[in-house]
Amino acid sequence: MKTEIAIIGGGPAGLAAAVAAREAGVEDILIIERDNELGGILNQCIHNGFGLHTFKEELTGPEYAGRYIEKVEELKIPYMLHTIVVDIAENKVITVMNKEQGMFQIEAKAIVLAMGCRERSRGALNIPGYRPAGVYSAGTAQRYVNMEGRMPGKKVVILGSGDIGLIMARRMTLEGAKVQVVAELMPYSGGLKRNIVQCLDDYDIPLKLSHTVVDIKGKKRVEGVTLAQVDENRRPIPGTEEFYECDTLLLSCGLIPENELSSQMGVELNPVTSGPVVNESLETNVEGVFACGNVLHVHDLVDYVSGEAKMAGENAAAYVQGTLMQAGKEIPLKGENGVRYTVPCTVDRDRMAEKQVVRFRVGNVYRDSFLCVYYNDKCISRVKKKVMAPGEMEQVILMKSKLEAFDGLESITIRIEQE
Amino acid sequence: MKVKELVCIGCPLGCNLKVEISEEGSMEVTGNTCPRGADYAEKELTDPRRIVTSSVRVSGGHLPCVSVKTETDIPKDKIFDCVKALKNVELLAPVKIGQIVAENVAGTGAAVIATKDIYVQ
Repeated sequence: MKTEIAIIGGGPAGLAAAVAAREAGVEDILIIERDNELGGILNQCIHNGFGLHTFKEELTGPEYAGRYIEKVEELKIPYMLHTIVVDIAENKVITVMNKEQGMFQIEAKAIVLAMGCRERSRGALNIPGYRPAGVYSAGTAQRYVNMEGRMPGKKVVILGSGDIGLIMARRMTLEGAKVQVVAELMPYSGGLKRNIVQCLDDYDIPLKLSHTVVDIKGKKRVEGVTLAQVDENRRPIPGTEEFYECDTLLLSCGLIPENELSSQMGVELNPVTSGPVVNESLETNVEGVFACGNVLHVHDLVDYVSGEAKMAGENAAAYVQGTLMQAGKEIPLKGENGVRYTVPCTVDRDRMAEKQVVRFRVGNVYRDSFLCVYYNDKCISRVKKKVMAPGEMEQVILMKSKLEAFDGLESITIRIEQE
Repeated sequence: MKVKELVCIGCPLGCNLKVEISEEGSMEVTGNTCPRGADYAEKELTDPRRIVTSSVRVSGGHLPCVSVKTETDIPKDKIFDCVKALKNVELLAPVKIGQIVAENVAGTGAAVIATKDIYVQ
């Protein structure tokens, strides 16, 4: 089997990339999705707050996904469900598997990586204690409650203040569970402020910052967990332990881009984001392989995922049509002094659009600080920001005309500065 | 004059709002980046409302549940009544996105609509 553009993943990123590639004139596109329907994680995100940027209205996750699925159907873009990609070779031969056809291969001219991310598991968190039933990732619980109609438990403690954990605190409460507390290891929340307000404050659920789980009690089923306060080195402080009786522990401790397929095919990954290193065209180091959405870096907003994926889809289309300019001089983009990474990692002035959005996260909470952009060692913009926090993605916009006008440009640095 | 501080929940930006309430009760909102913020602040301090999302059971569909939402926001103190009322609703597949699942939920005047297509299986 052959296709011009193969899109790995039928979630929000894959759908938007597919629509954009078709609208750019590529007929032969294939979306490969391992679940039994398109839409990805949006199908279980039944809360509202999606789409304000893309559709100028407030939608729930399934509605947002529905808009794109409708477009995919309208444009008759082919997709395969229940089909898992097991390998991608460097020559863009994709090995896939499903129940009807068994294992087979698809040769693609261009590939868009849109596999999304997954949750950090209990194993990765090194929580001591027994391994009883009743410990779930927040996303697993979300799928059970919202899509399968099952309640994971009645008395809940949540570790981690990521958005899914906050959303699930509210959801479990509405379905009759008692959510006793959300504990967060860091001294600041990992989720959006609006979710603290509408998911915790609205229901009087306490958020304990600088706290973690130090023990899980129960052999067959969770009977309770012990929380303790942590010091500035995130070590539990003896004497601060508090026992909470519960039957369920939800974990919402971060998301990790799912890049096993990418690294197998030789795509270089950024150790900070665990996502591919990409240039301004969202192209990885393997020519004709693009990445977008949460597989590239974890986003807060699906609207931004769609925008990014559109660009990846358009560039993949340009690549197969032979209109994507040859890569020229790549200028490195660096994050410094609190700016943990940048996406993209490089810009090519000839290939970039007039406005290039650069997205990044900061490593700590910064108040009344300046967000600065340097060309070489010259500061060209310095913007005061009231608050920047790791839970909220930041961005700067680079202008092509300004970059071109700057003689001898060797690097662009984004950094945070105090007064 | 009273001053209240709020975080806007209108969108993920989460603007920090400052509301100055005069003796006569008029409000001045600052810190918002869009008009939604001012609307939210005034509403939150006089008549707090929320869109409620939940799921209801479906039989004969490709999934056992369909996600739903209140078509308009409802008073905050009616949220639990709304979710409770939906516990007794059971639909038969197919369900179309936008289909009315319950009218005038918990006496709020708001309809509850499906937010996803469920097809027959």
